[in-house]
Amino acid sequence: METGTISGKDKFLKRLSNRMGREEAPASVTLPAWSKRPQDKVLEGASQDELVDVLIAHSRAIHTDVVTSTSQDLEKFLQEAVSELGGGPIVCTRDERFSSFGLGNYLKQEEKNGSLHIWEEGSREDNFKIAEKANIGITFSDVTLAESGTVVLFRQEGIGRSVSLLPENYIAIIPKSTLVPRMTQAAKIIRDNQKNGQMPSCINFISGPSNSADIELRLVVGVHGPVKVIYIVVEDA
Amino acid sequence: MGIKISNDSFFERVDKGIKNDFMRQAVSSAQDRLEGRKSAITEEMGDWEDWRELSEEIRQHTLENLDYYLNQFAENVAKQGGHVHFAETPEEANEYITNVAKQKNAKKILKAKSMVSEEIGMNEALEKAGCEVIESDLGEWILQLDDHDPPSHIVVPALHKNKEQIRETFHVKRGYEDTAEPERLAKFAREQLRTEFMQADIGITGCNFAVAESGAISLVTNEGNARLATTIPKTTIAVMGMERIVPTWEELDVLVTMLCRSAVGQKLTSYITGLTPSPGGEGDGPEDFHVVIIDNGRSKILGTKYQSALQCIRCAACINVCPVYRHVGGHSYGSIYPGPIGAVLTPLLEGYDDHKELPYASSLCAACTDACPVKIPLHELLIEHRKDIVEKEKLGTFTEKVMMQGFGYGTSHPSFFKMGGKQVPFLMNIVAEGKDGGGIGPGPIKLWTEIRNLPNSKGDTFRKWFKKRKGGARDGNRDDQRER
Ligand code: SF4
Repeated sequence: METGTISGKDKFLKRLSNRMGREEAPASVTLPAWSKRPQDKVLEGASQDELVDVLIAHSRAIHTDVVTSTSQDLEKFLQEAVSELGGGPIVCTRDERFSSFGLGNYLKQEEKNGSLHIWEEGSREDNFKIAEKANIGITFSDVTLAESGTVVLFRQEGIGRSVSLLPENYIAIIPKSTLVPRMTQAAKIIRDNQKNGQMPSCINFISGPSNSADIELRLVVGVHGPVKVIYIVVEDA
Repeated sequence: MGIKISNDSFFERVDKGIKNDFMRQAVSSAQDRLEGRKSAITEEMGDWEDWRELSEEIRQHTLENLDYYLNQFAENVAKQGGHVHFAETPEEANEYITNVAKQKNAKKILKAKSMVSEEIGMNEALEKAGCEVIESDLGEWILQLDDHDPPSHIVVPALHKNKEQIRETFHVKRGYEDTAEPERLAKFAREQLRTEFMQADIGITGCNFAVAESGAISLVTNEGNARLATTIPKTTIAVMGMERIVPTWEELDVLVTMLCRSAVGQKLTSYITGLTPSPGGEGDGPEDFHVVIIDNGRSKILGTKYQSALQCIRCAACINVCPVYRHVGGHSYGSIYPGPIGAVLTPLLEGYDDHKELPYASSLCAACTDACPVKIPLHELLIEHRKDIVEKEKLGTFTEKVMMQGFGYGTSHPSFFKMGGKQVPFLMNIVAEGKDGGGIGPGPIKLWTEIRNLPNSKGDTFRKWFKKRKGGARDGNRDDQRER
């Protein structure tokens, strides 16, 4: 990895320190114990099933359909979601979970038909062309926030950013075990991963389709990102 | 563009604003809807005040240790292969950014929404260097196509335009032939901008919050253009105001929660994106990652009685409840930062010379302070400004000093406030009429009376009027359960 650069820092920070009545920045700072932690109380103690209910209710408000499925039925539901969104071409991430959730054959079949492409790390230009032409992008959710109807995707090898962004439609497969109450728990997971030396270059929190209210404050669903989104929650415990 | 958006005097701007019926209508209905959504979603939490206190604590702690956290952030970005530049002035920032563009031989630059890039006039600098700069946020793109009309709201920049005007702009500038339906207009923008994105050499974004511990920047967005800007081009540059930083992801959680709820009444916006430099070869995303940290007058605020203004997370909640903004519109403030926070911040960043009227563009009704998710005492800071203007710069009149004491007393003694509020119009009338019947002539106090008198058609004081309005707005939005 190329090392980065920092410029203009010393003078800049010295000015700040001086404004704050000191010569230089403190050598270390400990985070205070905050007097209130309302974030921990949200959906505290909720079961996975209750979290699924909250997810479904909120997803509706953000124009996102949610389907729940057993692991046996997942392929069927995925196929239905795909045809609901108008079928291929499909682009999906290169993710082991597709086969561990029994979707390996489906993927192979669709790939053979030429209607599915699995993401490659390789050429940017090819990747963009394929993802742009795809009608549907499919990924798994790494962490799922019940409160806000949010899937969280960590960039990893084979998990391109474009898959959930460039196609007109997006399907997220949500293993039920990934559900947590809210962003608070995701933030903890990110910090823990980071302590273990894994900081993905991109973490996306996605809550439904892209939208804008920039024209007369009227909601338009679907602007630069996907226009339609379906979540499939699958039993995995 | 710079912070200042007009060479007209404050008077002329206000005059234009209040004569623009469409704009006033648009602003008041937007305020009602935005405020209604925010109230609904914050009331639902049940413990909004706890959230506000926590957010205030986080912001204060971060500002008190800003030198430490900025250093930690920069080191962590560089460790992962990214580049950080600290710029005291707009010139320094623009020089760095245009140098990156030159090195990359960049022709086309796609931009996501960034107030601080407006503040430093970055587009103009890049254009001078021979680059084409394209705004990709829908509202900003509309303004850019319309011959760089300035923004009038920090979250909804084209709030002052209606869909027919927008259709006309698209038609004249881009040959658009379809209807003025927002869906159609947005679809057209999607198609046009997608093509531009595919050819972009550099993506430039703002930064809602940097995360010191992770060397990450975060972007809080709905449209997806900021994701495009950090996925397709090989190089990205994030420009951030130096105060936009949190210690770790856990504090990011809290402030993002507050920002989304306060700005648009959403639990989370469609996209919250956390980015760190990538090792390269990932198949998409930037191979080159730059962050430019900008002071531009902010450090002068540190260590002063105005320091709390730097707690701002740019949610616009104060703007959405301000009765003065409602009547004069965003352009009247003459600054890219309008409303109460603009009235506080603009004179701090740019000095009083061009902006001494702004602290008077307030009824001191304190609605802004109550609305602020990070508890900035906005109306008290406006009083401090007025004191400074009157006392230090000797720009004020005797009457103004008397008035100031009245306001000070009223706001520090809540039970007295209502009465003070009622007395104001009376006093104001005397002042405005003056002894020769012609008023006291131009000057802050006259302005203040002019603005104050606007909503007085029913003889209401601002405070009474605002209370009524607030109740009405909420009821009016009960059926609007849809989130965005
Ligand atoms: S001052 Fe407070 S309410 Fe106004 S924009 Fe800033 S954070 Fe939001």
